Amino acid sequence: MTDLLRQAWTVARKDLLLEFRTRTALVSALVFTALVLTVFNFGRDPTAVATIDLAPTILWVTFTFAAMLALNRAFQLELENQALEGLLVSPLSRTSLYWGKLLANLVFVALVEAVGLPLFVLFFDVPVGRVLLPLVGVIALATIGFVAVGTLFSALVIRTRFAELLLVVLLLPFLVPPLIGAVQVTARLLGGRPLSEAAGWFRLLAAYDIGFVALATLLFPFTVDE
Amino acid sequence: MSLAQKGRWIALLGLVLLAGVYVRALAFTPLERFQGPAQKIFYLHVPAAWSAMLAMGLVGLCSILYLIVKDARFDRFAAASAEVGTAFSLVMLTTGPIWAKPIWGTWWTWDARLTLTLFLFFLFIGYLLLRGAVAEPGLRARYSAVLGICGLVLLPFIHLSVYLFRTLHPQPIVLKPSSPSLPGSMLVTLLVSFAVFTLLYVGFVTQRYALALLREAQGREHA
Repeated sequence: MTDLLRQAWTVARKDLLLEFRTRTALVSALVFTALVLTVFNFGRDPTAVATIDLAPTILWVTFTFAAMLALNRAFQLELENQALEGLLVSPLSRTSLYWGKLLANLVFVALVEAVGLPLFVLFFDVPVGRVLLPLVGVIALATIGFVAVGTLFSALVIRTRFAELLLVVLLLPFLVPPLIGAVQVTARLLGGRPLSEAAGWFRLLAAYDIGFVALATLLFPFTVDE
Repeated sequence: MSLAQKGRWIALLGLVLLAGVYVRALAFTPLERFQGPAQKIFYLHVPAAWSAMLAMGLVGLCSILYLIVKDARFDRFAAASAEVGTAFSLVMLTTGPIWAKPIWGTWWTWDARLTLTLFLFFLFIGYLLLRGAVAEPGLRARYSAVLGICGLVLLPFIHLSVYLFRTLHPQPIVLKPSSPSLPGSMLVTLLVSFAVFTLLYVGFVTQRYALALLREAQGREHA
């Protein structure tokens, strides 16, 4: 088990190191997030719809798009110079390869969200101070769900034509259950409702994460082996 | 008789019997007291939904079996089932709103079952798109099997989350056919229609399977 995690960390570290050296993808994703938030501001009539009513939608549509953008690059990296073949012939287990990719994607998306959340608070003047901890909790749970399926599908489409477009079409239906849960919890948190009201949604999010991380771990080898 | 011919005969028989279902549903089944003639679509809509669900279930099952035993027959069957399932879910998605407009007063609501069927349709389309985007047969079989299994796991989650979504946000009471308490004659019509739609499913899948075999043979000749 520790071996598995160490190997996973090696893969994740490699990916993140590559990312931080070039920073192209990260900066693009951050700018994209800021732009989507801006678009949302002009995509509504502030005199007709109160910000607080629209806030969960704005936050989650932005995060969903940002996550999908981030997931496109997960295996794109490995296409150059047949890097994926190199990874596959190395003594890494398939499980640790998937977990490593998952971890790197999680860090990537978390960084985007860590900048996106304050921007969201700033742009839309949403009071999150009191509910910050549970809000971060629900963001973490939903993001794990997004990324668990996304990492698997990103490996699935990488050798297909129109990979970017196909990933979005395949992935979006799978993002709907965590998205529904996240929006519901966020609406209750921002509305000042007690946390116990959102307990069912937290359970659903957790069940989705456990289910799909396990399933993706099981299925991942079939997407890379020859 | 070749497999394609068998499939054609089964589908033909299914279509003739479908005409029989129409006659029985329209002329020999009593009108529903509250919904009137609009309720008749129920005898097509529900069996079509059944065939679409059956198709998805078998796509998932064949995907699992394919990944275990790597037998191309399971892959071929899953592909055939997905294509036929797309057609049936389209029937379900068009007959549903036609019924819903006079009964619910709206073409569409985000009711749990409706949303589930919409996503069933999206999954079928995604599955077929993925198959179309991978040229190498072995790779295509594995990729689509992975997606098929994920799809099967996704559907209960969609149902659960939309169900929770709806019950926490009560909407105006919607009228729904409560299927278990159907009078005898309506139940017979429905059950006959179920059988006919299952037969149609078998006929279409058999033809589609035979077509896949032909295509593979043609591919080998050209290679």
